Amino acid sequence: MDLVIATVSQGMLWALLAIGVYLTFRVLDIADLTVEGSFPLGAATAASMIVAGAHPLMAIVAACLAGMLAGVVTGFLCTKLKIPALLAGILTMIALYSVNLRIMGKANLPLLQQDTVFTLWNVGGLDKSMTTLVIGTVIVLVVALLNYWFFGTELGTAVRATGFNPHMIRANGINTDNMIVLGLLLSNGLVAISGALVAQSNGFADVGMGVGTIVIGLASVIIGEVLFGTRSFKNCLISVILGSIVYRAVIAIVLQMGMPPNDLKLFTAILVALALSLPLLQARWNKFRKGAH
Amino acid sequence: MLHIENISKTFNPGTITEKLALHNVSLHLAPGDFVTVIGGNGAGKSTLMNSIAGTYPVDEGSIMIDGTDITKWPEHKRAKYIGRVFQDPMMGTAAGMMIEENLAIAERRGLTPTLRWSSSADGREHFRKLLKGLDLGLEDRLESKVGLLSGGQRQALTLLMATMAQPKLLLLDEHTAALDPKTAEKVLALTEKIVAQQHLTTLMITHNMRDALKYGNRLIMMYEGHILFDVDSEKKKTLGIKDLLEMFEQAAGSELSSDSLLLS
Repeated sequence: MDLVIATVSQGMLWALLAIGVYLTFRVLDIADLTVEGSFPLGAATAASMIVAGAHPLMAIVAACLAGMLAGVVTGFLCTKLKIPALLAGILTMIALYSVNLRIMGKANLPLLQQDTVFTLWNVGGLDKSMTTLVIGTVIVLVVALLNYWFFGTELGTAVRATGFNPHMIRANGINTDNMIVLGLLLSNGLVAISGALVAQSNGFADVGMGVGTIVIGLASVIIGEVLFGTRSFKNCLISVILGSIVYRAVIAIVLQMGMPPNDLKLFTAILVALALSLPLLQARWNKFRKGAH
Repeated sequence: MLHIENISKTFNPGTITEKLALHNVSLHLAPGDFVTVIGGNGAGKSTLMNSIAGTYPVDEGSIMIDGTDITKWPEHKRAKYIGRVFQDPMMGTAAGMMIEENLAIAERRGLTPTLRWSSSADGREHFRKLLKGLDLGLEDRLESKVGLLSGGQRQALTLLMATMAQPKLLLLDEHTAALDPKTAEKVLALTEKIVAQQHLTTLMITHNMRDALKYGNRLIMMYEGHILFDVDSEKKKTLGIKDLLEMFEQAAGSELSSDSLLLS
């Protein structure tokens, strides 16, 4: 039971990363590697603020703003300077490595004896993992509702249309460059919040904690889409959140089965590679079966 | 309405693929003009249209709409005045979004998007009415994704989208070329109806000489980056395909070689 609660609450904390990756990878149709830098950026910002005595919620807000700024930098590189989006994200990610070290002053910043967003309130006498679950769920629900609202507005619709068909949305008078910057801003803001939450839950921020976050995000998005559908934007949001939880469950199960933790990233990468090639493999398989008959 | 003065456009200047696509083209459209544009492949028809729409900047010359110089405006800003339907049925709509969402975007063409919720009961009622006018049964499918529609349905929808916030100028870039003949005819009839209802100033490229003669009140023939001749309303009524071919030979000094023009 403890393991289930821990798994679900981890899934919730990482769900914001998954939503962020969904916004770039699916909505904007850009593979944005900035997340590998904005996730630890959120963690570093929040941890430093908490150590300096700031309120944990303020630390999350500051982390979000820092992440948004990182998104704007990538957006500027790819829209105004015409650097391919993939490379623009890599540049920001690399730059953020140095920035994160500067923010923390060292490679690892522990939050020993510090108040975090998970120790602020003693919700009905719940234990630590249950508190994490409740607070994580509340934050994810609020963020998901805000996303649902925003992407239903005229502006949000324009951002979504930019990903689907830039020609069409330009012909309707929308500056696609601005929409791409806005999408990257929102995405990396969410990713940074995720980093801030994970740091507070783990009790430390580490400069290396961003490694592989893009793949974790993609795994959550794809698992969610396959298992829970993509009928509408609302459906996609829910799918991605659930996908993040299922991903954590899969990880917990393979670890229980005795897989060395060091192999986790390899496992995740293979999982995502398989999932991304699924449509092609399926088509091949159908063709093969038709040929056999 | 539309005043194009001496615009020129060269693609890939200074390279071996250099191509002079438009050469000193001038064109004036009066309000309500419905001009059909014909010409062989590479004549500059699409370049002319894309230059007006702002897909790329022109090298020289100026473009004015209703007295406003838009020569230096980016594409998205020109959309305030211009409605467009593309040749490719995939290009005018967002396939992954619902019909309703596409219409809501088009209804506010050229306006700054706000944080108002884009869907409303009033809006849906209005969209249903407009879709009913298309007579394709789309009024009951507001929540269908546009990707599920056929090419003809998508072009009809794009036409509606291009005209629902009344544009000063409607650009139709061979918008029926990718459709089967029967569907093409339907979309053209719809085009004529909408243009007449709203008295839209329209520029329509077509590969089909019969359509070029049948629709509109003016016809221009393009050839090697310039306008070869410009036929007014009175003369256009008396012309046949044969006359057009003769006029082309006289003006260009060569036989019309584009098979696609002859065959259609």
